[in-house]
Amino acid sequence: METYLGEKQQASQWSPYINNGGSCLAVAGEDFAVIASDTRMSLGYSIKTRYSTKYLKITEKCSIVSSGMQADIFTLHKVLKSRAQIYEQKHGKPMSTDAVAKLVSRLLYYRRFFPYYTFNIVAGIDDEGVGCVFSYDAIGTLERVKYSASGSGSSLIEPVLDNQVALKNRNDIKKEDYKLTKENAIDLVKDAITSAGERDIYTGDFVEISIIDINGTHEDKFELRFD
Amino acid sequence: MQKGGFNFDLYQRNVELIEKNNYKVPKTTKTGTTIVGVVFSDGVVLGADTRATSGPIVADPNCEKIHRISDYIWCAGAGTAADTENTTGMISLQLELLSLSTGRSPRVRTALTLLKNFLFRYHGYISAALVLGGVDFTGPHLHMIHPHGSTSTLPYISMGSGSLAAMAVLETGYNSKMGEEDAKSLVHQAILSGILNDLGSGGNVDLCVIKHKSMEFFRNIDTTNSKRKFRKKLPYMFKSGSTKILEKQIKEKMEKMEIVNEKESQIEELEEL
Repeated sequence: METYLGEKQQASQWSPYINNGGSCLAVAGEDFAVIASDTRMSLGYSIKTRYSTKYLKITEKCSIVSSGMQADIFTLHKVLKSRAQIYEQKHGKPMSTDAVAKLVSRLLYYRRFFPYYTFNIVAGIDDEGVGCVFSYDAIGTLERVKYSASGSGSSLIEPVLDNQVALKNRNDIKKEDYKLTKENAIDLVKDAITSAGERDIYTGDFVEISIIDINGTHEDKFELRFD
Repeated sequence: MQKGGFNFDLYQRNVELIEKNNYKVPKTTKTGTTIVGVVFSDGVVLGADTRATSGPIVADPNCEKIHRISDYIWCAGAGTAADTENTTGMISLQLELLSLSTGRSPRVRTALTLLKNFLFRYHGYISAALVLGGVDFTGPHLHMIHPHGSTSTLPYISMGSGSLAAMAVLETGYNSKMGEEDAKSLVHQAILSGILNDLGSGGNVDLCVIKHKSMEFFRNIDTTNSKRKFRKKLPYMFKSGSTKILEKQIKEKMEKMEIVNEKESQIEELEEL
């Protein structure tokens, strides 16, 4: 069937994947990490639920947020949680953040030919007590970074983090003189995801934000727009 | 004599551009939208949300969707923003000229006929779904117009992506003996339902109450949903020099002006306040 502009529309084929929307981000500091995700679950133009968690605390030093298809997020988190528990019982100590990051990568690649429709970010404190963020694609490509955003609002959030965390495209502050404090990082993360909620229809309702440092994980929740 | 429909001379060129040159067809700004109209004892109430979307992005968080056709005939529009604005604008012009040449005040049914005939000529390619309401000398009228040119006359109407959410409220709350306040409140609730439950609608509520020789436009009557809930305390600061200056050119366009009369006293008065 051709439309007036000549675009050819293929008959819609059934797809096992759907996108439930939502945005996630994480920022790493010198000795802390901040990780956040919204809780809106959408389908098309409808809201299925205003609260569906995309966040999972794996250990006191490590957490994961995922955006994409809620069914796959739920399953991946379930598998990850149980694998972390098995490790802790076998080795007598919780998984290190690096180990969790690698495990997520392997779990995703295990499904190379029928991937989890999830866009994950792992954040936490590494063995040296330094904040770290790991970002992935759908099949498990692993990269350690200073900050990352994923989901429907990622293209709105990532440029803000580029400018404010990595100090890209600005010549007024030198990287050596700049230190991202915990309070500033938390405010920045809250501001960035609030701004995404203003302009992205799939981001909204509530945000689960979590601050990870040497003392453990502190979880918090705040509101976004409901429209 | 009006020429009909679209000119398809460039159709072949467009097909080739898309297939061979990888031309990306531009996305139109749609209004997503919840629009509503309700007839009450003395007139009509029209309501609309204020969000315009371009795909999943909010292009305008506070646009105006209730357009003036004539002083007491107004029209709310859903669909492609350019289409609703230009269609209602065009029919508003035609109606004004018509009322001047006939010497009579315009009727709602005239606007209806002009709109439906215009849209039918374009066979649905002009994506404008309208809720037309007004009061003329024959009384209050409310109509819905679909992009293909079909119309319906009903006591309560909802259109746009949020129409189901709004209609649920209208069906629950409508009764034929409503007064002005009840009708306003019902339209308000219906639009709110669309704003909260439909992702294509959002922002503020706009209301328009039309009675005999009277029109009240309540722009942004309800802004509780469009308040930003968090703003970080420290502002974003960019010291001068953060954007690299590559080249500097100073041109003297005109001679420097002399300040003849300085209103210092006015400034002092303002400072005292």
